[in-house]
Amino acid sequence: MSRPSRRRRALAAGALVAALAGCSAGSGTPESSSGAPAGAAPSTLAVGLAAEPASLDFTTTDGAAIPEALLYNVYETLVKVDSDSGEVVPLLAEDYKVSDDGLTYTFTMRAGVTFSNGDQLTAEDVVFSIERVKSDAWTVSLKKAMAVVASAKATSPTEVVVTLSEPSNDWLFRMTTRIGAVFSETGVDDLASTPVGSGPYAVKTWNRGDSLTLATRADYWGEQPDVSEVTLRYFTDPTAMNNALLSGGIDVIGSLQSPESLERFSGDDRFSVVEGTTNGELVLSMNNARPPFDDVRVRQAVRHALDHQAIMDTTYAGYGKLIGSMVPPTDPWYEDLTGVAPYDPVRSKALLAEAGVSDLSVAFRIPNLPYAVSAAQVVSSQLAEVGITAEIEVLEFPARWLDVVFQQGDYDMSLISHVEPRDITIFADPDYYFGYDDPTFRSTIEQAGSADGEKYVDLMRQAARQLSEDAVADWLFVLPNLIVAEQDVKGLPVNRVSESFDLTGVSRA
Amino acid sequence: MLVQALNRLVVFVLSLVAASVLVFAFMAVLPGDPAQIALGVSATPESVAATRSAFGTDRPVLVKYADWVSGLPVGDFGSSYVSRTDIGPQILDRVQVTLWLVLSATALALVLALPLGVLAAARHRSPSGAVVSGLSQLGIAVPSFLAGILLVTVFAVRLGVLPSGGWVPPAQDPGEFLRHLVLPVVALGVVQAAVLTRYVRSAVLDVLREDYVRTARAKGLSPLRALARHAFRNAAIPVVTVLALQVATLLIGAVVVERVFVIPGLGSLLLDGTANRDLLLVQGIVMVLVVAVLLVNLLVDLLYTVIDPRLRAG
Repeated sequence: MSRPSRRRRALAAGALVAALAGCSAGSGTPESSSGAPAGAAPSTLAVGLAAEPASLDFTTTDGAAIPEALLYNVYETLVKVDSDSGEVVPLLAEDYKVSDDGLTYTFTMRAGVTFSNGDQLTAEDVVFSIERVKSDAWTVSLKKAMAVVASAKATSPTEVVVTLSEPSNDWLFRMTTRIGAVFSETGVDDLASTPVGSGPYAVKTWNRGDSLTLATRADYWGEQPDVSEVTLRYFTDPTAMNNALLSGGIDVIGSLQSPESLERFSGDDRFSVVEGTTNGELVLSMNNARPPFDDVRVRQAVRHALDHQAIMDTTYAGYGKLIGSMVPPTDPWYEDLTGVAPYDPVRSKALLAEAGVSDLSVAFRIPNLPYAVSAAQVVSSQLAEVGITAEIEVLEFPARWLDVVFQQGDYDMSLISHVEPRDITIFADPDYYFGYDDPTFRSTIEQAGSADGEKYVDLMRQAARQLSEDAVADWLFVLPNLIVAEQDVKGLPVNRVSESFDLTGVSRA
Repeated sequence: MLVQALNRLVVFVLSLVAASVLVFAFMAVLPGDPAQIALGVSATPESVAATRSAFGTDRPVLVKYADWVSGLPVGDFGSSYVSRTDIGPQILDRVQVTLWLVLSATALALVLALPLGVLAAARHRSPSGAVVSGLSQLGIAVPSFLAGILLVTVFAVRLGVLPSGGWVPPAQDPGEFLRHLVLPVVALGVVQAAVLTRYVRSAVLDVLREDYVRTARAKGLSPLRALARHAFRNAAIPVVTVLALQVATLLIGAVVVERVFVIPGLGSLLLDGTANRDLLLVQGIVMVLVVAVLLVNLLVDLLYTVIDPRLRAG
């Protein structure tokens, strides 16, 4: 029963890949390209993702989709985040040293690295790339993380010395993100459609509105990936993505957008489900700058009124992780802070009475994203239990939500997932839409920036705890990373702790 | 004849101008700042201001309109806020895809609706006529996107005989192109066929009651021959009118069906553009759609005179 249908799916997938690859075989001989069991044929993979890149140039176009496809796969960085430990580990740099004052970073480069245009990668390219971030060539606002660099010099073909204007723990981490990507001096003319990087894959074809195909290149310095050609296919509609996996159009759902559909796959032995974590904290924001949430007791009342486990069960089928502050479990300074404000409606009502508020009604302005809409309904009904009326108003995302809530700060309560890595620092910006203006928190974050090792982690932990105790916001949970794949696909990125959908370790058994 | 043609041309141009004003005005009042959206949650007030001036959205409304509209006649739609590339080629790419969908669906609708409509009219008193009538009623009630979802569930997910979505250009692989085309065209075309069948049926029924058809039957022509010789031309006028309206409906229907089948056509570009407030892109697409609809109407006007020689004099 399942045998013929599996073969058919394999044929369809093979034919599709052949078609995308522009094979001139006409009707084709799908038998040869359908992932032969012997493993002699080069293997291919089709991965379904949600957001399509608007351009292939992340230096001028923002958005998560471009680094998701290109970082680590096409572009490489000096250092990379290890997806298990969350530690910064070498990639293009064989090794790096930090001076005692934390101001000088010396990177020793790997030898024999080439770009996809055939040029050698040298220390000069690294300096060029760092300086380019600081120049007007880069326009995305993330570039500000490079402002701390005073100078970058190539002291030999394999050594780069970077001097910072002040010690910064954050800088090295930011070098693992897209701003750390190393470009070729001769390969930046057409970044929007022809990226040139040193990664194991190069862009083969880009069918706008449909798919992006990456293929391995022969002269990659490291180990060749097991999968020689990967097609990233883009689906705006989660159902369409699920159907594509079920009908063999794709082999992997890169990130499941509709957790309620997970049951459909977990009971099917053709597929395996991979569950990990992300950097996406689901933040229930409260406007600290205006009543009623300028009163810490009212904010604490909200936190005690919420049964987080129930919210996670309803909106994400129980997948995810409860946190209690703005730190995902993969960050080095994570600690379980769910105990700071446990579910306690009685305490919640007492806090409201102490603050002298009754019949509280708040404007709950949320983006029209599926997870936000379903979570907001549960939050709203739980708040009603303690006597808070949260009136849900759904705003179109991104346009209206960014304008009303993010820009104008015209809201009492909102709900959105903040997916940027190590983004606890946004609370240190008094102009950010949370309206949290606290000198103690700011100075803790500032001190942490230049503290070394242990002290750094301690201070960050202290900052996270303060946020939780001040009930600056509520953190419903960290979004899970849910991948559904055909059984033979191994090595998918379990935890999404970087901006990349890292394909470098993927293989097909 | 010449005056008539000139009249039509003037109406065509005036409609275009009116459409450009309307489209521009709608986009101008749409809440949401393209610069803010482009920069997202890491934006600062300074970077938003800089981006606004790079986009040119900080200029006075009339200047923006004049700038936009002056490029249109030469196919210059400006460049997209999101991808920073020229809009013209982007639209051209997508038009090719949507055109395949709309034309194939129209062809399918015609192939189904003409014989079925005639059958339903000729046999309107017999069970077979009633069955066709009933089915067409059902077809009208099912929207294209629902038909699409059902088709995917049955033919792609359960049976695995056709792909659930996606697009392969015909030049790349004609066989795969056809396989990918089947389901969306059926979803779009069958629903349109249902609507069209009803019109064909009633148009033919009307004509069948005419004196000249009765006379033709009296001369000894079979019902089918009477239809073919005398009724078709007369029944064609209302059918062609409806068909023209349907092409417009199909262009809109394609927007939704492209979403369901993940087809990179004009519709998906329009939806993405709207979400990102890529105003120039959206304006460009809507203008292309307006031109398409106006052209179809013009074509139908011309067809009338071909079908009915009496209209040529007027």
